[in-house]
Amino acid sequence: MTTTYGPSSVWVVVLAVGFLTFCIRYSFVYLFGRIDGMPPRIEAALRYVPAAVLAALVAPAVVDPGPTVSATLADDRLVAGLVAAAVAWYTEDVFATIGVGMAALWLAGAVL
Amino acid sequence: MSRLHAPLLAGARASLPLLLGLVPFGLVAGVAAVDAGLSPFQAVGLSVVVFAGASQLAVVDLLGRDASLAVVVLTATIINLRMSMYSASIAPHFADFRRRWRILCAYLLTDMSYALAIAEFTDGGERSGDGDTSDTDSDDPTVDSADPTHRRGYYLGAAVAMWLVWQAATVVGVVVGARIPDRWGVGFAVPLVFLALLVPDLTDRPRVLAALVGGSVAVAGAGWPLNLGLVGGALAGVVAGVVADGRVNA
Repeated sequence: MTTTYGPSSVWVVVLAVGFLTFCIRYSFVYLFGRIDGMPPRIEAALRYVPAAVLAALVAPAVVDPGPTVSATLADDRLVAGLVAAAVAWYTEDVFATIGVGMAALWLAGAVL
Repeated sequence: MSRLHAPLLAGARASLPLLLGLVPFGLVAGVAAVDAGLSPFQAVGLSVVVFAGASQLAVVDLLGRDASLAVVVLTATIINLRMSMYSASIAPHFADFRRRWRILCAYLLTDMSYALAIAEFTDGGERSGDGDTSDTDSDDPTVDSADPTHRRGYYLGAAVAMWLVWQAATVVGVVVGARIPDRWGVGFAVPLVFLALLVPDLTDRPRVLAALVGGSVAVAGAGWPLNLGLVGGALAGVVAGVVADGRVNA
């Protein structure tokens, strides 16, 4: 799986993605000085951005829908994810969550 | 000294646990880029210019498969669309920085720097006095987020630490080039980091609902093209949270 594109094509992609990504990041930071505050509705919606986005990033990495419910539930990653979620809930500590989560993944892989 | 250094150090210290999760991700990004046929210079250039892990992995994956260049650019950009939500959310907190600082802070905006900074700036989820947007002034002496210099220092302390670790991890991944055995599953550290950020944010029912809907749609859409499952899940989750919020307050 090696690209056949030449160096200039690769650099075009790198610069295009970098430029567009910067525009996305800077968009509202730039606009905020020009518009007088954020509309209350948008402000209210933004309160739910972290939970929604973080869940959307986590869930597909942890939940792998299997052919049956039990096969889905017995997946190493879901088991490890649930254990890690419990640790995150009680400790609110990222180190502990990663440590226990990885240990749970390896253990589940050995057991299940 | 303390006026500038204290918030920088506070931000860098707060980012320490997240940096651990960044290392395996950065290693993978470096190894994958070289595997896909990028030169070491291009691989590191991608990390420096784009500085967004998931989209970097998408770029090298699609380049390795000789996807059309337009699809490569479009896919990576869509993956990063979620950052517009971070930009809108954090904009009030950057509003009184000078423009060059706003540009630098925007370039450094990632899932992690956003999550860490917004938690510090809003202290418990509610906006506390930053002049422009607040209706009540926070007089909590332990929270210094009303001070722009503190906010800028804290954000840059955390974000620059993340940038340095990310670049270093990419370089190591490029140089070592040897793939970590798949069975170790070290890539799993990345969702664990997001999980560790997510769980403490679930402080009320609308947020829990936002997470449940966002996660469910993202799982259902895992196979959708252009990473629309992620974007769709995020949007559906926000809508669910707003609707639930309206019900609770009605």
